Amino acid sequence: MQKVKFRNLPSIVSLLLLAVLLTFSNNISAQEGEANDATVTAEADAETPAAEGVGDAEVGKTLFNANCAACHKLYKKATGPALFEVSKKYDREWLYSWIKNSQALIAAGDQQAIAIFEEYNKSVMTPFPGLSNTDIDNILAYTDTPKPEPIIAEGGPVQEGGGSGVSNNIILGALALVFLLLVVMLILVNKTLKKIAEANGVVYEEKEKRAPLWRVFVENQFLVLVTAIFLLLSAGYFMYGYFMQVGVDQGYAPVQPIHYSHRIHAGDNEIDCKYCHSSARKSKTSGIPSLNVCMNCHKNISEVSDDTYAMGMDEYGVDYNAEIQKLYKAVGWDQSTQQYTGKTEPVKWVRIHNLPDFAYFNHSQHVTVAGIDCQKCHGPVEEMEIMEQFSPLTMGWCINCHRETNVNVAGNEYYKEIHEQLSKKYGVDQLTAAQMGGLECGKCHY
Amino acid sequence: MTSNKKYWKSVEELDENNSIVETLKQNEFVEPIPTDDFLGDKETLEASSTTRRDFLKYVGFSTAAASLAACEGPVIKSIPYVVAPDEIVPGVANYYATTMADGFDFANVLVKTREGRPIKIERNDLAKNGGSVNARVHASVLSMYDKNRVQNPMVGGKEVTWSEFDTAVAQKMSEMAGKDVVLLTQTFASPSTSKLIKEFTAQYPNVRHVIYDAVSSSEALDAFQNKYGTRALADYDFSKADVIVSVGADFIGDWQGGGYEAGYAKGRIPKNGKMSKHYQFEANMSLAGANADVRVPATPTQQMQILKALTGGSASGLPENVAAAVSKAKAHLQKAGGKGVIVTGLPDVQAQTMVLNYNEGKQVMDSAMPRMTSMGNTQEVMKVMNGVVSGSIKGMITVGVDPVYAFPNKDFAEAYKKLGMSLAFSMKPDATASAAQMVAATPHYLESWGDVQLKKGSFSIMQPTIKPLFNTRQFQECMLKWTGRSETSYYDYLRQFMEGSVLGGTSWNQAVHDGVFTSAAIVDTDADTTNSESLDLESSTSNGALSSATQRGGMELTLYTKTGLGSGNQANNPWLQELPDPISRASWDNYVTVSKADADAMGLENYNVANGGLNGSYVNVKMNGVTVENVPVLIQPGQAKGSIGLALGYGQTHGIQEEMQTGVNAYPLYSNFKAVQTGVTLEKVSGIHEFACVQLHNTMMGRDIIRETSLEIFNTKDVHDWNPVPEVSKDHQEIPVTSPDADLWEGFDRSIGHHFNLSIDLNACTGCGACVIACHAENNVPVVGKAEVRKSRDMHWLRIDRYYSSEGSFASDNEKKENISGLGSSLSEYGEMESAAANPQVAFQPVMCQHCNHAPCETVCPVAATSHGRQGQNHMAYNRCVGTRYCANNCPYKVRRFNWFLYAENDEFDYHMNNDLGRMVLNPDVVVRSRGVMEKCSMCIQMTQKTILDAKRDGRPIKDGEFKTACSAACETGAIAFGDINAKKSEIHELKENKRMYHLLEAVGTKPNVFYQAKVRNTNEA
Repeated sequence: MQKVKFRNLPSIVSLLLLAVLLTFSNNISAQEGEANDATVTAEADAETPAAEGVGDAEVGKTLFNANCAACHKLYKKATGPALFEVSKKYDREWLYSWIKNSQALIAAGDQQAIAIFEEYNKSVMTPFPGLSNTDIDNILAYTDTPKPEPIIAEGGPVQEGGGSGVSNNIILGALALVFLLLVVMLILVNKTLKKIAEANGVVYEEKEKRAPLWRVFVENQFLVLVTAIFLLLSAGYFMYGYFMQVGVDQGYAPVQPIHYSHRIHAGDNEIDCKYCHSSARKSKTSGIPSLNVCMNCHKNISEVSDDTYAMGMDEYGVDYNAEIQKLYKAVGWDQSTQQYTGKTEPVKWVRIHNLPDFAYFNHSQHVTVAGIDCQKCHGPVEEMEIMEQFSPLTMGWCINCHRETNVNVAGNEYYKEIHEQLSKKYGVDQLTAAQMGGLECGKCHY
Repeated sequence: MTSNKKYWKSVEELDENNSIVETLKQNEFVEPIPTDDFLGDKETLEASSTTRRDFLKYVGFSTAAASLAACEGPVIKSIPYVVAPDEIVPGVANYYATTMADGFDFANVLVKTREGRPIKIERNDLAKNGGSVNARVHASVLSMYDKNRVQNPMVGGKEVTWSEFDTAVAQKMSEMAGKDVVLLTQTFASPSTSKLIKEFTAQYPNVRHVIYDAVSSSEALDAFQNKYGTRALADYDFSKADVIVSVGADFIGDWQGGGYEAGYAKGRIPKNGKMSKHYQFEANMSLAGANADVRVPATPTQQMQILKALTGGSASGLPENVAAAVSKAKAHLQKAGGKGVIVTGLPDVQAQTMVLNYNEGKQVMDSAMPRMTSMGNTQEVMKVMNGVVSGSIKGMITVGVDPVYAFPNKDFAEAYKKLGMSLAFSMKPDATASAAQMVAATPHYLESWGDVQLKKGSFSIMQPTIKPLFNTRQFQECMLKWTGRSETSYYDYLRQFMEGSVLGGTSWNQAVHDGVFTSAAIVDTDADTTNSESLDLESSTSNGALSSATQRGGMELTLYTKTGLGSGNQANNPWLQELPDPISRASWDNYVTVSKADADAMGLENYNVANGGLNGSYVNVKMNGVTVENVPVLIQPGQAKGSIGLALGYGQTHGIQEEMQTGVNAYPLYSNFKAVQTGVTLEKVSGIHEFACVQLHNTMMGRDIIRETSLEIFNTKDVHDWNPVPEVSKDHQEIPVTSPDADLWEGFDRSIGHHFNLSIDLNACTGCGACVIACHAENNVPVVGKAEVRKSRDMHWLRIDRYYSSEGSFASDNEKKENISGLGSSLSEYGEMESAAANPQVAFQPVMCQHCNHAPCETVCPVAATSHGRQGQNHMAYNRCVGTRYCANNCPYKVRRFNWFLYAENDEFDYHMNNDLGRMVLNPDVVVRSRGVMEKCSMCIQMTQKTILDAKRDGRPIKDGEFKTACSAACETGAIAFGDINAKKSEIHELKENKRMYHLLEAVGTKPNVFYQAKVRNTNEA
């Protein structure tokens, strides 16, 4: 298990690193800017042919995302077929009637319709009688948009970014060399001047021979005493710090079998924590979501957007698309046939929050009853690319919170009587968890 | 100034020339220190390349390495479901209703599962005629996780696939065509199974079905069949009885399937000054006898006479005291009229018929809706046994029974091996299965589908609560396969069968959900599939040893079943092995119980040794040429003189772990499948048996640990006379110990929030032990094994103490104690009071942590590992405990248990916690304690916490009766009640105000949160 050797250490180190980081920060932001520029241009390029179509591709895109994207992709088979250049494959009138009500078409015995229906495992396409022919034209215009070629656009800035990094280093190296030369020159000049002075007969004031510093130090008993005490105290302090972090895994961020980014899911996409960790609402465990929960969305999301992909490659060195493929492999999803193969390989996640056996903790008590945000204990998960243990999870940490947090009694019939009586007894308006008995040993240890 | 005085240790020192003194002066040790003994051979030591420096280096390095390694935590993997089942939320328990039916125990149960694992059996409150969820039923969940189960079908000792097995069986069946093959089964009480067997025997006409109950009620069945036409057992509702007279029937134990304690206990709680009166005439001290108001020891032969006298005959020839009791009982019965009932356990058709005739028309007996849980026919089974031995029977299919172990004919085992076909359906490689040519691995009832008709018209559904752990197949599934319906699963068959005619108005889903339903449907019973000839009452009566006029002499043996092991189906269950017998308090054993007088006459003895363990002599039990050797002897107070008792179900050697191979096999003595045998002789043999008996003191010696009074005093006298609060003297005035003035401590205010109390009604407690096993299952209580139990290191959080009186009654004990005067008299009379009387009164008292408000344990803990909660529970933080054991020493109730060893994952304690399978039964909400910590009853704080959390989540106040502990939920009789006394309308609050309420050792001033209801006996004498 990865350990933090000293709990205070990260803060110290981070201060030091800050300075170093600052020197590079310019560099990074410059890179991002360039990347953004690149995509914008790519999009702009993509828009041009759309204007030539029958419909408005811009409007079509909105419509497509609202109505079609759940089952269709432009360049890839999903639940339904890939729709790129679908307008060229089929007759437009036929497309109108298919989109508005495909089942009617099949019922009418249209051979083409039946063939498609059979090919896609007889999954019924939702009828869209609400779409006008113009709407459909717009959508078709959008589907005719050729795939932008992001590789070149993407590759450019990366190389440039890399290049500027190298040039910076060269500049720094050159500067260091210059400084070194200056120092050497100064010494040489000094030497020469001295020689000249000697030759000219300038006599220096002879410095009085003083005892070496260490001897002075050793002879000054008071100083020795103070230093010894200081050293002992600081040694004690660090020893204490070291021992207190034994078994505390704050900051523990193990490498997981699938690189799952909470930043993307909870942060960028704003998925509620309890959508995946649903048992946190009613059980003691928050539960690692089963893979079928992932597939609720990832059945359709087999690739991340190009921006996200680039970011993953640049900043974290992770190929997000490959990670999604890992999920498919684990859950046994065959992308080409859009079907489950039945061959599964359960994912062996590395457990991050390891509460000892003898401590009982119930998520539902805190999440549902108390209404505490997940972030209170788990930290800014929505910013974490790699999940880590945010809180120390020590007993002192639990107790502190119980002392400070008021019990959420609003609208809870259970608390009505006890809260009334207890708050009267303690003479307070709001009871803390501790006053409610939240510090008793047996509440968590049995 | 120092003095020059000379001090000397011996006279020799004064003599300066004494050489010995001189030597001693030089040598500190007179003899050379035997360093060689512990440093080993000098030469090898010198030759060793390891120098002292190296040694220190190694020590230093390994210490450093160990401490460094300790700082790194292990990497823990978490593997979620790929596709999570909808009904499973990790961390939340699911409950399923099902039914246990193993041929001996039948019960409607609720199974608690966690993440798909059954972990606990609970009572199904919807079941009104559900049989009794006794200790064995509670423990049955552990029997499923038995690593010694048969895991694959086997042919000729080799594991095969099911298709291979089917082929082998089909081949064998065709070979056996035309030859006599017996299908010997347990009682299924399953209508669909009966139908299947009928279909099977129709296809294979050479197969005949015989039902065999290991512990038979055949005579009672015969009597009922003669009288009412159906083969069944009369059902009794003892709550309606005013007078119960039992002649040799342990109806609180396993008599005729058991399960009568709930009704019995209802009538035993004094209401409006009335309670039922219970007479018991019996040979062994049984649970029923221990609960009786009047218990008269009588040998089985006398019992027959008593029964005749009670039902109209004369009492002549009976001893005077017995005759007197009989006439009293008779008068009482007459007075009770329709509310008086007689029951008997005598294995005799005549006796059973007499009882049925007497009870005819009484409100207590139900003959219209009889019990269907026992169907065995002794006559038929005897024919099978003799047929196999004589060779007339060529093949045998056994289902759920173990005849090789349990048949009394000693030639049977050999003859069985010679059979042309032997096929055993078995869950475990028992004696029969290991001798059989083919073994069909069957699933546990928690892995099976099924239907059970417990009582006529009361149906139950058995549903699987877990996917089969092993490659097993149900008997019914095989029946379907072998009758050419391999495409039909038993589930489909069962559902079709049920929906066809049986369900009536209930839907299938509702029936499976509830586990029970009633229906007027008439279905096949087990008896319908056996084509036994019409019964010949005369011949079966004359077989009865009891009615025979001539006595064979010797002792009379009554074979019985223990609450722990029963018929022996679950002998490989460590919980049941370690459950102390409620009467003898011995675990891990069976033994011959003899009366004190007989023991003295034969020179048999029981004595306690220094560590508290009980030792006893061995005897050989001989009868009709059968000898059971080396049976330990336990002297049982209350055993009728001239009678002995021995428990069935022990002494198994096949398919059972070595630790669990306890006791002796008593089935060879079960001649003619009758529980009563005459002409038995005991022969003392050498050797001393070491019992694992958990109770050293058998009597209370006049202290009021158990408060007891008679109904008369209870009705007439003031409460202070029979249930006084102890008083102390303060300023020369007597004040009750409960008064705040008598208290050293500042009391906490407990009026706010919940305040849990537990009430134990000594009148309702029958000592059955179900609560003990329920506590084990709920709280992961470890099994420690016989040797440790003997050292009083049992880990039971809840024990049921049993006390005898040394005089005839507890009251006379008190009297004797009061009258002691002077040291001489106290020494002799206390000494006398230590041993129980010949026919003592018995009382049971469940004792667990009393959760004292002023707990002595809390004040002495140096690390504050035990502390008090506001809700009344005495908390124990195991991770804080350092094992000083001060608390246990300071506990007046002796309820704290110390983990002397690591009981989990330790090969020295090879019980369920030492294998992956057995550990599946552990409750994930309760910690498994490690070595060196103290543990004790937590008042099931995990359950109260859960109840509170459920209410909080729903945002509602707690409902009455919602708080439960494992023991209170398991208690059939309602003796244990639990709740919040601050809820003024709750049942527990009422019980606290009851005038029978008292606290254990109240004088100590511990103010416990567990209270007892004093025992009231329905006797007139004081």
